Amino acid sequence: MFALIIWILSALVLAVSFYHSRENTKDALKVSLKFFRALALSILMIVWSIGFLMTFLPSEAILNTVGQQAGIKGMVLAAFFGSLVLIQAFIAFPLAGAFLRQGADVRAIAAFVTTLVMVGVATAPLEIKFFGKRFTLWRNCLSFIFAIIIALIIGAVLR
Amino acid sequence: MKTKTVMILLLALAAANIAIFFFNPEKALSVIFISKNYILEMLSILPPILILIGLFDVWVPKSFIEKAMGKASRLKGILFSILVGTAAMGPLYVAFPLGRSFLKKGASLFNVSIFLCVWASIKIPMILFEIKFLGADFAGLRLALTIPSIIAISWILSFILKGDGIYETA
Repeated sequence: MFALIIWILSALVLAVSFYHSRENTKDALKVSLKFFRALALSILMIVWSIGFLMTFLPSEAILNTVGQQAGIKGMVLAAFFGSLVLIQAFIAFPLAGAFLRQGADVRAIAAFVTTLVMVGVATAPLEIKFFGKRFTLWRNCLSFIFAIIIALIIGAVLR
Repeated sequence: MKTKTVMILLLALAAANIAIFFFNPEKALSVIFISKNYILEMLSILPPILILIGLFDVWVPKSFIEKAMGKASRLKGILFSILVGTAAMGPLYVAFPLGRSFLKKGASLFNVSIFLCVWASIKIPMILFEIKFLGADFAGLRLALTIPSIIAISWILSFILKGDGIYETA
């Protein structure tokens, strides 16, 4: 549904652009192609790594490490796990909800969800390509620290 | 990462996948199957988004971005960056090229960082999903904490990287 909207939108904008200037549209498509070339192989690599991760990492093992008795250690582990994996939020939220109902610690879940969206080790190679090493390193480290702070506050409020 | 490094890693993944196939064909196929699903999901949205980025690059004038997201934009720049980050759709790897064109067109590093972090973490359909699965308390509190965190992260980031000239013109 969302994909369809995006396709229609871009087709419309492309048509309007083509109507106004054939030259500009050609240049625009060249830019698109350039970005696609820069992204394609890296995306293939990321996706393949996810395939391995999702196949070989058992979910019971995850739950054992982020249960309520795991405490702060569980939260930090969950934050690392969220940083490493690349899961669609639409898949991650139901998963996190299931974990929460099965007794996972709310701090661990908050840390996982927050690092999942804000910290990206898997996408770091791409980020470096566009913004450089220092930017990528600092943005991800700062996001990790703030994710832990957010998780601690959520844990304190929702306990 | 250099293209050569990526190629080598891809070959390593392929070799690992083939090796696993001999010991445990089921797992090897599962790796391929999961990867294929993700690739299809990405290909279903990547081309139109890249087309939109290309059109943006050609049509939106530098002066507009400079004014809306540049150094002098202050609060309006923050709000504009948050708005664009929320409204735009798609995964984070699509935001990288777009964020870079913002920088190229004169946006400040502070605002581009806000844009990237907001893009990654705040999306209306995502919030609805979070409310549904994790509860309104959890989702609302997390959102309320995330926005000031993003502004703090971006402020610290732009402070740390102030000396790095390349980020201003990259």
